Amino acid sequence: MSELETIANRMRINIIRMIHAANSGHPGGSLSCADIIATLYFRIMNVNKDNINSTNRDRFILSKGHRCETLYAALTEMGVIPQEELLTFRKFGSRLQGHPSMNKCPGVDMSSGSLGQGLSVGVGMAIANKMDGNPNRVYVLCGDGECQEGMIWERAMSRSHYQLDNLCLIVDHNYLQSDGHIREIMNNSPLGKKFDSFGWNVFGVDGHDPDVLTAALMRAKTVKDKPTVIIAETVKGKGVSFMENEPDWHGKGINDQQYDQAIRELRGEDHE
Amino acid sequence: MISSMIRPSGNCGVKIMSKTEIRDAYGKALVRLALSNPDVVVVDVDVSKPIRSAEFEKVAPERHFNFGIAEGNMMGVAAGLALSGKIPFANSFAIFAAGRGYEQIRNSIASPHLNVKIVGSHAGFSPRIDGASHQCLEDIALMRVLPGMTVIQPCDERETIQAIQAAAEFKGPVYIRLSRSRVEDVYDDDYRFELGKAVVLHEGESAVVMFASGTMVQRSLQAVELLKRKGIDPTVINVHTIKPLDQETVLRFAEKASLIVTLEEHSVIGGLGGAIAELLAAHCPRKQLFIGVHDQFGETGTVEQLFEKHGLTAEKIAESIEKATL
Repeated sequence: MSELETIANRMRINIIRMIHAANSGHPGGSLSCADIIATLYFRIMNVNKDNINSTNRDRFILSKGHRCETLYAALTEMGVIPQEELLTFRKFGSRLQGHPSMNKCPGVDMSSGSLGQGLSVGVGMAIANKMDGNPNRVYVLCGDGECQEGMIWERAMSRSHYQLDNLCLIVDHNYLQSDGHIREIMNNSPLGKKFDSFGWNVFGVDGHDPDVLTAALMRAKTVKDKPTVIIAETVKGKGVSFMENEPDWHGKGINDQQYDQAIRELRGEDHE
Repeated sequence: MISSMIRPSGNCGVKIMSKTEIRDAYGKALVRLALSNPDVVVVDVDVSKPIRSAEFEKVAPERHFNFGIAEGNMMGVAAGLALSGKIPFANSFAIFAAGRGYEQIRNSIASPHLNVKIVGSHAGFSPRIDGASHQCLEDIALMRVLPGMTVIQPCDERETIQAIQAAAEFKGPVYIRLSRSRVEDVYDDDYRFELGKAVVLHEGESAVVMFASGTMVQRSLQAVELLKRKGIDPTVINVHTIKPLDQETVLRFAEKASLIVTLEEHSVIGGLGGAIAELLAAHCPRKQLFIGVHDQFGETGTVEQLFEKHGLTAEKIAESIEKATL
């Protein structure tokens, strides 16, 4: 396992621990975007414990805020959130709110939780960076189901219009949403072609391969005059056999038995 | 503590020095900000010409962004600009700013308490013949209920220019409600707008206090002239900042009053009348006359026709107050 894969694996274990402790959360999507967030925070973005409170660095907006378990786990890897604090997730008084709050939790670059809004916020940050000659980049992660929100396409237009090549959207494309399969609920594929027609640079990658993700994110930095969208093919619930591709694991708690099995699998102790 | 400007009674009536459209004042205010504050940026959604925010673009095109007809997106972009140290003014008609953009304002601006200025122009009946879809009578209620949101409604050119300046200097989310109507000047050049401080425009002899805001300030002053002939001389207070409410001034005058009158070009539910009633019910219960729109949508008509129908003309206001004091 590469160092990054090891980090992503620890993040997955922490995601399961948080959701088990809270008996609530969003395991499926949090697991599907773990490799994406790990790659961003530990290979791509110029962010670390020392500059975490500064805005003079690359910034990340988790547009689908319900996957905040993954963000919190990354901030723990970075040393911003203590490991033991993760168990306060979704509890009264915790900095680790059910959906991320920038005024409560250090390292959260924007509050989120209402779907479809992070991309517009990213546009605002990217425009400001351009105005100020600030070379830092803005990354936004959204879901494929989230792309059913009309606001995504309002801002998809504005991104191309302002030549925001300092902005990168990653779509966590796991083909599932809360109620079931996207193709059955409200099919919005092909996503890449839609962004392409709005003038975006489009990459399609394996969202669980950190090296491929890294290559795409590095190439996106060299694209001029237009933003990049990376359609990352993922598996919802990735890493825990009984959660993979199961719509039921979108949002719910984990019981003791499920917890034990999930942890065993993630630690590689349970080869079936 | 209170530096309210008390005008002598003789100087408060129908003071027709000149008439200005509030939106023109807004355009002027933005031009001043463009020249004085490099952090101010303006975001629009295809109504920059009627709102006059296009004036900003003429002097600072590099800080003006038109996102087309997409209000939700504009609110999100404004949040992102604020997160990067800019002071965005996000404009639309009140119904589309506060109404269409409500949830984006709530979750992406108010909840993280970002330094965004939301301008709802063409509020109340001022879109006139455009009818109910454009006449926003609910925006004060929608914005006032958001924690940490400041809500301002200026009444004339000078107050608008200064209120916009004050909003830019204030750190935090602000909703500024503007009318499209042409209004008479209430203030002269000596006026100094102070955020959160109500202004006593006329201190009357009767135990009647009128709290007004926006276009209803002029109507209130006109109504006082009519009421004086009937021997009723109410006090008139301009509550330009509806939130946070100037509790000290409101209570100080309410304590001496037997009748409170609130006047707004807005629903009587949740607006200025509601704000005053919430305060007085807890600290100084008084009989209150709610002048405004009573749980109805607007319709096509001139401002005068609509004001007549809803009891907002000076004559109707005077009649209502006279009846309430009997």
